[in-house]
Amino acid sequence: MTGQATLTPQRPTSGAISTPRTAAPTEWRSDAMRRRIARRYSAERRFKMMGLAAVLLSAGFLAFLLITMVGNGARGFMRTEIALPIDFQRSAILIDPALLTGGSAEQALASANLPAVIDKAADIAFGEGGARMISPAAQAAVRKAIIADPAILNGTATITVPASEGIDLAAKGQGSTANEAAVARLERAGALSTGFNLRFLTASDGTDPTLVGIWGALKGSLLTMAVTLALSFPVGVFAALYLEEYAPRNRWTDLIEVSINNLAAVPSIIFGLLGLAIFLNLMHLPRSAPLVGGMTLALMTMPVIVIAGRNAIKAVPPSIRDAALGIGASPVQVVFHHVLPLALPGILTGTIIGMARALGETAPLLMIGMRAFVASPPGGVMDPASVLPVQIFLWSDEVGHGFIEKTSAAIIVLLAFLLTMNSIAIYLRNKFEKKW
Amino acid sequence: MAEMQHIPNAKMSAQGVNVFYGEKQAIRDVSIEVDLEHVTALIGPSGCGKSTFLRTLNRMNDTVAGARVEGRITLDGEDIYGSDMDVVQLRARVGMVFQKPNPFPKTIYENVAYGPRIHGLAHGKADLDEIVEKSLRRAGLWDEVKDRLHESGTALSGGQQQRLCIGRAIAVEPEVILMDEPCSALDPIATARIEELILDLRGNYAIVIVTHNMQQAARVSQRTAFFHLGRLIEQGATTEIFTNPREERTKDYITGRYG
Repeated sequence: MTGQATLTPQRPTSGAISTPRTAAPTEWRSDAMRRRIARRYSAERRFKMMGLAAVLLSAGFLAFLLITMVGNGARGFMRTEIALPIDFQRSAILIDPALLTGGSAEQALASANLPAVIDKAADIAFGEGGARMISPAAQAAVRKAIIADPAILNGTATITVPASEGIDLAAKGQGSTANEAAVARLERAGALSTGFNLRFLTASDGTDPTLVGIWGALKGSLLTMAVTLALSFPVGVFAALYLEEYAPRNRWTDLIEVSINNLAAVPSIIFGLLGLAIFLNLMHLPRSAPLVGGMTLALMTMPVIVIAGRNAIKAVPPSIRDAALGIGASPVQVVFHHVLPLALPGILTGTIIGMARALGETAPLLMIGMRAFVASPPGGVMDPASVLPVQIFLWSDEVGHGFIEKTSAAIIVLLAFLLTMNSIAIYLRNKFEKKW
Repeated sequence: MAEMQHIPNAKMSAQGVNVFYGEKQAIRDVSIEVDLEHVTALIGPSGCGKSTFLRTLNRMNDTVAGARVEGRITLDGEDIYGSDMDVVQLRARVGMVFQKPNPFPKTIYENVAYGPRIHGLAHGKADLDEIVEKSLRRAGLWDEVKDRLHESGTALSGGQQQRLCIGRAIAVEPEVILMDEPCSALDPIATARIEELILDLRGNYAIVIVTHNMQQAARVSQRTAFFHLGRLIEQGATTEIFTNPREERTKDYITGRYG
């Protein structure tokens, strides 16, 4: 296309003119050739084996993780229960039966001295030290039983209540000798049973492992992720679109590009410090709140979405842009009618990666006070909350033996959450994927 | 150099057009006129600037960073690079068919309906249906796809895809259709169908076609312009150019001495 070279006349039809071969013909059957072929095959085999080994190794680690987690954690969802007979008539219960109907029942029972009643009943039923076999969570079970049927206050009722940490562990084969003896006694009396620990899924953090639940942290994580997604997805997508479609190529956009790439690699604890300095100290947003946690994690997630988004937008074939421009679509129409829908699967892949990372993030949330002991689930994004990974961290730090299985159970909940989140995102991605 | 061949009331007219990509000049002083009566073929060796020139006619070069156009190009006497020319509207009036068929990854119906929809040409669903049918009929594709309008346009064969792209272009009622080597990715049968289609469309639209295929230029066009190294070497009636070229370079190219 350049210079006068193209002007030099050529033959009209440029048929291939074979020049006579001067060198000796290649020895395709020589020993050297055979050795070369053998080397090639073995190199290929080696490469395949190495790949297979890498896949097997990672699959092995994953299987190990899942098996240990499920093995330890499954017990965390179960609890040992004791059938406790309570003689309400002879106990020092302070309650007016008239209050038990209507909405004031919970309140009336809260001041009814139930813990003392339960302790007394346990001592009577199972001898000295019986009170220590019963979990503090027993109160709730007794309260529920009374509200369900106030008539039991007039006589003796057998109520199934959760066992204490020690009894629970002993029943699961990990207790002290004293507790194991107690379990044997209870078993002989036929008072022991195992039930699903619904409380674990509905309660929040507590002081006793039989009291704790994951719901508070789960809801905290949900709210935090919602804030993160609501902030980082639109900002990330619009930043990616602007940088790819509108921004002029100059030193400033190069600088922005480098900054965003670096931002994605900044250690998360630094984002935590940033959140502490800006959101808490400067903007005076509430401590431990999912709002602040979400904002901090959004800072981390956004660059991931921008990078994935830019790559996805770059991968949209230019012919589609040409086609749309060619029939008179405006640049904005080209972006929103054609480029964005085609780039969406790629953008969602980046979002999955970013959100999964944010969900598992602990360090930055510790910095903004999300490691506080929060005994009730957050009502909104401004309430103090914990999140799943922080809850796992906190429980793994507890001295009580009962917390070990709770930690594993919390990990199972976290993984299940992650799996659900990713499944939804993958479903959406496949839904938007176009066949070419 | 080619002398000016003035066509009165030409649909599009280019005078003294220079195109630069950064420092490099791709088109040098090209003047040509395009009218409704003729199909105009732009021929020339690879890299001679014929595609570049075609893309200046609907300002598709605007999207190329560093591209700069000098000279005057008018559509119905109106400067298309003038400040009161809206480029989006221009591209609706000057449609384009590309080298590689590039239907949107949407249904056949949506491919054709997209243009009328964004330009507000249809009043209601029935009207849009009618535009789609009419455009596909004109593109010679209706009978093949009328039962599967809601299947993906990308599932069609290459030739059908290219006719779909032509249908998509004519759905917005353009005045000029630019075709950038529309058959280079197609087999001979599909090529023949597109050529027939071009002959059918002649007279309703001013058609400019870039082609590498000399026989194709001879078959479909009434006027031919020969480009070489960014210059317009010769233009005139196709029969004239092919049988009796004035320039030695045109003759060399047409007889296959270089390409």
